[in-house]
Order: sequence, then C-alpha cells, then structure tokens
Amino acid sequence: MTVPKRIGKIRFGLISPQEFRKMSVVKIITADTYDDDGFPIEMGLMDPRLGVIDPGLRCRSCGGRPGECPGHFGHIDLIAPVIHVGFAKLIRKVLRAICRDCSRLMMKDNEKKMYLEQIQTLEKLGQMTDDTVNKVFAEARKNKTCPYCGAPQQEIKFERPLSYIEEGHKLTASDIRDRFEKVPDEDIQVMGMNPGTARPEWMILTVLPVPPVTMRPSITLESGQRSEDDLTHKLVDIIRINQRFQENREAGAPQLIIEDLWELLQYHVTTFLDNTVSGVPPARHRSGRPLKTLSQRLKGKEGRFRGSLSGKRVNFSARTVISPDPNLSIGEVGVPMDIAMELSVPMIANVRNKEIVKTFVRRGPDRHPGVNYVTRPDQRRVKVTDKNCEEVAEQIDIGWKIDRQLADGDIVLFNRQPSLHRMSIMSHRVKVMPYKTFRLNPAVCPPYNADFDGDEMNMHVPQTEEARAEAEILMRVQENILSPRFGGPIIGGIHDYVTGSFLLTHRRKPIDRRSAMELLKKFDIPELPEPEGIVDGEPYWTGKQIFSLILPKGLNLAFKADFCYNCDVCKNEDCENDAYVVIEDGKLLMGTIDAEAVGAFKGKITDRIIKEYERSVASEFLDRMTRLALRGIMHAGFSFGIDDEDIPKAAADQIEETTRTAREKTQQLIEAYNAGELEPLPGRTLDETLEMRIMQTLGKARDTAGKIAGRHLGLDNSGVVMAVSGARGSMLNLTQMAACVGQQSVRGERIKRGYAGRTLPHFRCGDLGAEAHGFVESSYKDGLNPTEFFFHAIGGREGLVDTAIRTSQSGYLQRRLVNALQDLEVKYDGTVKETRGMIVQFKYGEDGVDASRRDYASADNVKRIIKNVLKKESV
Amino acid sequence: MTKFTVKDHDMVPEHVLLTPEESAAVLAEFGIEAPQLPKIHVTDPAAKEIEAKVGDIIKIMRKSPTAKQSIFYRLVID
Repeated sequence: MTVPKRIGKIRFGLISPQEFRKMSVVKIITADTYDDDGFPIEMGLMDPRLGVIDPGLRCRSCGGRPGECPGHFGHIDLIAPVIHVGFAKLIRKVLRAICRDCSRLMMKDNEKKMYLEQIQTLEKLGQMTDDTVNKVFAEARKNKTCPYCGAPQQEIKFERPLSYIEEGHKLTASDIRDRFEKVPDEDIQVMGMNPGTARPEWMILTVLPVPPVTMRPSITLESGQRSEDDLTHKLVDIIRINQRFQENREAGAPQLIIEDLWELLQYHVTTFLDNTVSGVPPARHRSGRPLKTLSQRLKGKEGRFRGSLSGKRVNFSARTVISPDPNLSIGEVGVPMDIAMELSVPMIANVRNKEIVKTFVRRGPDRHPGVNYVTRPDQRRVKVTDKNCEEVAEQIDIGWKIDRQLADGDIVLFNRQPSLHRMSIMSHRVKVMPYKTFRLNPAVCPPYNADFDGDEMNMHVPQTEEARAEAEILMRVQENILSPRFGGPIIGGIHDYVTGSFLLTHRRKPIDRRSAMELLKKFDIPELPEPEGIVDGEPYWTGKQIFSLILPKGLNLAFKADFCYNCDVCKNEDCENDAYVVIEDGKLLMGTIDAEAVGAFKGKITDRIIKEYERSVASEFLDRMTRLALRGIMHAGFSFGIDDEDIPKAAADQIEETTRTAREKTQQLIEAYNAGELEPLPGRTLDETLEMRIMQTLGKARDTAGKIAGRHLGLDNSGVVMAVSGARGSMLNLTQMAACVGQQSVRGERIKRGYAGRTLPHFRCGDLGAEAHGFVESSYKDGLNPTEFFFHAIGGREGLVDTAIRTSQSGYLQRRLVNALQDLEVKYDGTVKETRGMIVQFKYGEDGVDASRRDYASADNVKRIIKNVLKKESV
Repeated sequence: MTKFTVKDHDMVPEHVLLTPEESAAVLAEFGIEAPQLPKIHVTDPAAKEIEAKVGDIIKIMRKSPTAKQSIFYRLVID
C-alpha cells in the first residue's frame, strides 16, 4: 500500500511561453511523422523524445519503456501570436478595461486600492471574487478617457468568435498582446489575477505545446498502414500553415496574403483546442467526421471526467430485460442459459476437487455447466473447445485454474439503475433458466423500484472468495428485507400478492378438502389441520387456517389491518369488519391479511418475524406467502372489467342530484358575491373567500358522489377489493371512474387561464360557475364532454410537468448530499468520522441506533414482551 | 433593542466551558486530538457569553427527541 499523501494546495494559472519552452523536450519543425522505413523523424511530430508507444523501444528523454514513460511535451514556435479561444471572453473584458495607449486599468488609484482590498479579504475567507472582479471591469469600462494619460478611448466591438474591432479596424493578436504586456502588475491584481501565475498576455499564444505521443498514439491498421490520432492530424495542419506563413513573410508577400494565412493559423489553433466553437466551422477528417480535439476529449458524458474517471467498465457482467417469476425464491434470480454459458466463476484445482474440476472440463464449452478457459500454473490461458476438452481435462492438475460456467447456486450481484440506496444492489443465487430474460420474484421489485414494462437490470459475478463472502454475508436479499430508511420491511407483497392474501383470509369462507390440498400443493406440509367444521358430512377449512400453516410457530401479534375503517371506537377483537388481526402461536385467529400484514413498505408480520426469528425464516415466509397468495387469487378468481365501474340507476340519479345541488349552491354563492352579501373569511379578500367556498362546495360534492357510489360497490367488486386491501389504487380512483371526476386544478386553484375573463370561448366573460372553471361532473366511465376533457388535460399536464421536475430536482439534491456524505463512517465506538478522523457526530444519529435493528419503543411492545415472557414461564 | 443573553433563549442549547482536565478526559475518551473535534468560532454569541478562549473545548448539551439528551463537544477557534 502506498502512503496516502495529503494535497496541500492546488494553484490554477496560465502557462507562460517561457514555461512552455522550459517543459518542452524538443522543438517541432517538420510536419512529417514517420520516414519510409517506419522510423519516427527527428523534430517531427512523432519525435522519439516525446515518449514511446512502440513496444520494445525506450524513451529518448527518460529511458522508460512504454507504460513507464508518461511522455514529454514538445513545442511549436508560432510565427505570429494567436488568441486562445478559451479566453476570448476574458480578453474582451480586459481589453475594454485598460487604456489603449498606456495600458493602465482605467480607474482612479483610490478605487483600485478599495477593490484590491475587497478581493484580498474575499480570498482570505476562501470566497468567490467573481462579483467584485466583474464590478471592476464594469467600472473601468465606463471611462471615455484614460485617467492617467488622458487618451480618448474607443468602443471595442467583439464579434464572435474571435475578432475585436476598434474604430472599424480589426485588432490583430499582436496588437492585443502588445497592450497586455504593458499592463502593470498592480493593475493585474485589481482585475482578480495573480501577475506571477497569470499575466493577461499569456492568454495570447506565441508558443504552442505539443502533447506527448502517449496521448495521441497512432494505430497500425491490419493492412500495415498507420492511422494517426486526430490531435496529430491537427498538429500537422498547424505546422504546415506555420511554415507557409513564415515562407511568405520572409519572401515579402502582400499584406492580404499574410493576413489570410494568419487567419488560417488562428483557425487551426482554435480547432486544435476546441472543435465546437460556434461560428468556427469544425475541422473535419477526410471522411467528413469532425475531429475530436482537446476539449472534446474532456467534455461531456463520454469525456475524460464523466466517462473515464467517474465511470468505469467491468467484465463478468450481464444486462438484459427482466420479467417476473413468482415460483423463484426472493433470494434467487433466473439467469438465461446464454448468459450462464458466457459468464464464469474461477475454480482452482486442488487435492479435493481435482476430479470434479476434470468433469467440468470434460463437458467442454457447449454443454452447460462446462468450462470456457483453463489457466495453467504458468499463467498461460488455453481456450477449451469441443475438440480439445478431453485432452485438456487429462492435463488438469493441482494449481490449474478453470473458468467454470455460471451454474445454479452461484452468488451474483443484481442491480437496477438508478442505484439510489443500498438495496439497489443485492446478491442473489443463480437459477439457470431457458429464454432470454432475467427472472425475479415480484416481491423484490420494491427495493429495486422495478417493474416489467421493459426494465433492464445488470448482473455481476464476483470472482474471488472474499468478494463472494461479502456478497453472501452483507448483500443477500435476506439481509436487506428491512430498509434502514424507516426500519420496516421494504420487501413484501405487491398487487396480486396482497389481493390474493386478502381474498384467501377475509371472513371464513369454507374451503373443501380438494381445494385446500390444491392451495397447499406447493408446500411440504404433510397434513391438514383439524377442519373448522363439517357441512353435509364434508369437512371444510377456512383461508385463515390455511394461511396459519405458513406462519412460524410461536408468533404472537395483533394489529389493525389496512382496510380498518377507523371507527370512532375500535372494538378490537370484536371488529365486525374482520379488520383486526390477531395471531397467536403462529395461528391466524381473526382478521384479514392485507397490505398492512404482508405488503412491501408496511408488512407487520414480516417485520415481526424478522425481529423475532432469523432472517432466513422471514425470507422463507415471504417465499411461501407469495406462492400461497397466488394460489389464493387463482382459487377465488379475479378480474377487473369495464362493468365493474357500473353503478345502479338509482345511485347514478342520486349522484346527478348531488352535483346539481352543488352547482346550484355555487350559483347562489356567486349571486351573494355579486350582491355584496358574501362575508369574507378572516384574513381573506372577498374574491378569495368566494373561490374557497366554491372549491369547498365542489369538493364536498365529489366526496358525496364517491360515498354514494361506494355504497353500491361492495367487496364483491374487484376494484374495491384492490383499493381496500391496499393492493393497488384507492377509493378515490374508483370514485372518479364510477361517479364523478371532480374539480381540475392548476397550482391548487380552479382553472382560470385562457382568454381574457374566461377559460374557453364556450363561456361568458366573468362566468364564475363550476363548469366554466374546470369542474368535471362526468365520470371516466360515462366519458367527459369536450370542455371537461380540455380542463382535464390542463390538470393532467400540470401533474406530468410536476413529476418531471420533481424527479430531476430531487435527483440532483440527492446526488449532492451523497457526494458530501459518502466518506463518513460509523466507527466501532459509535462516533461518525470522516476520512481524516475529524468527528462529525459523537454518537451516530444522537442516539446510536440503527433504524433497521430497533424495535419501535412503544408501550404496546412492552406489553407484548411481558406476555411472551410470562407465558414461557408458566409453561 | 434590548440586549438579552443568548443562553436564556429557548432554542439555544446549554453551552458549558470545560476545564483543562475535563478537556483532556474528553479527548482521551474518544482517542482523538483537539483539532479533530468540530469547531466553534470565538466570536460565536454562545461562546462569547461563556467567555471561551481559543483552544478551549465547549460542551453542548442538546435536547434530542430520540435520545433525550445528546452531548456535543466543540473546539474554540478564531
């Protein structure tokens, strides 16, 4: 291990021409690269002193071999100075702030002193000086004459990308450089620059550094032809123009030609630095492809920072579409055969497994748990083929390494982006399966936030024993059932699992022997319990009894189910809705299993099991629960169709009546408002009061309509079953489908935008009525009329925009938070420290509690513990 | 505006200046050097009030909804 080094200071500045020459190992004068024999030409772009890329050669500057030698810079002396594009804007600012004659910053001495002091204080405090510096530039620009030499100033026009025009003449780069050279050091400081590290004239290039060959290697094509890097191409252009420029100038060519060449040199240097400057046509390759020059290498998603430094590529990984398979355990992942035969796990032959290893090799690469490669003890890799597998298998001895194909039971990491929390990467056991998708139990969708509308997931195969041990001990699905976010189970039943449990356990529907056996046929339960009763000489069981069979023995629990109506007085055990769940000694005595009991994010039963038993018991329970719930939903039969949104004529009339009265009441409110009889609410204007009262009235109307519809939709309605059990949707969704969609809103208010004084031309100006401002009286089933539809689209669009903005904003927020906190660590003494050992918290979270390991400290829990303990004593 | 003592305010947790012995005990307890502690400026109103000097350690006792009281130490810097 290398000793970690602390960075004391980072200094940014401009490089001076002197420094460019100092760090250069060779002056490049010829545009040629290699001679006819393929040897690099001296003082050419591939000069051997710039570093080595060809294996076997040594660097002429440092003597290093390829890989050791980092490469060395060369330089090109430009015949005439050119502007560095990156500084075009700053050059403009400085140019306008200094005198055209004496080059002093055009500002009185006392002002300079004041700004300088401000900048120095800000720097001492480590704060941004940008604002102050910009103020300096703005102040200095205001002067029409220089306060020092009195020379009148001219407006300098800046024309994108690189021309500065004064009095109708274009300033040449040398003119600008001459002016900048005369700026005194004190003035440079006031402009926020450090004259020691960044003089303004260094923004104009006179010497161009030539990057080492190691960062622009040429590739030899199969045909033996050399293909040069884009940067080399660009450098060739620069040198050619530079030479032509020199020849022409020495020959005394006309000014026009000189200027043209100068412009051309400027163009080539500009595109060498940045090939996407607006206003400059990008330099192109012979094929027409734009060249990838310096700033293109760094910028953007595939650039050096985001693509190469923050982003990495890995081997031993796979990615494909996911699909559900409820027959898998929650800790398993179904891997397509094609992927299993490509990925491998290393195995080293030893005394014990030598024969097993041989049998794997003998299978070859084409019969599934086979071998793709073997590595001999001398590190030579041999590809195993159908032909040589027998032969290779015979050679296998202790110390040989084989790359065994992925097989059932191997441990792999499974991941779905965005990886927002630690449960986004969990380890699963492989189950090799046919077809082309990854299969997973739908109960593990919540931690990954996955669904099956085309989601893809990644799989990684750990290659060392250490990695496998970590994956198994820390990252298994079982270890991650409880979320550290809220301390409850994040894995659990969703959708049909919840519906299925609900249908199975609600009330005491009799289930005959045959059905009971069918429900349980996936489980190794040898005997049915005592039947609940006998009807017509046939014994029958209940769903509650069946569900009890998958609960661990000794489990005691009582809680209110998700569909509890929150009655004023809870009757607890005597609940007539079957909404109070009591489990004693692993027997479901009463109550209905719904989202509150087994659902993801809630799951009281899962939570209890995990905290009282081992994690494996909990995962076993989830496996059985998912299977039983699916049997349960199939046993009952479940579907939702358009006629599930039907309500009887009488109810429809009643709803019609409700909305009509609401409309009338709104009209009355408006009349009262117009007559000036409306009393304003405290702290509100009259207009606001009216709006609020109308919103209230219409809101109440929808609720009433919903209640009426709800009365006619009972538990025989699949929509109600889903809403009530917490599987999917809410009663509000059902209300909107069956009874009345209700008021559409934008920013919490009725819809007001549109034409002057009205929302649509269908209404009168100033109409404040319900339907003119987005009250949708129809239900989705009945269909919306055109104006209603339009208002609904307005409200719907707002919702979409909101979600789009929320996700991007909260994503960025989370990213910044995680970046700031990622290196913090909870030490064994309970303190939170960062990498330098600085204390952040003296006790993790003030109380030192791991949210996923705590058991809610409530009186209820104390009672339960006492009950548990006393019972055990009495037995 | 009348001047008021910051430490009497409801939202300001109790700040106590530690003696050198107590300071040494705190550092020993956590096995750290003084600069590894969180910092507080001498100019901080609460630090001023208890007349803390640069290099002193201040013990802050905060109310916590989960742990009743949480104790925090800060090194006084300028």
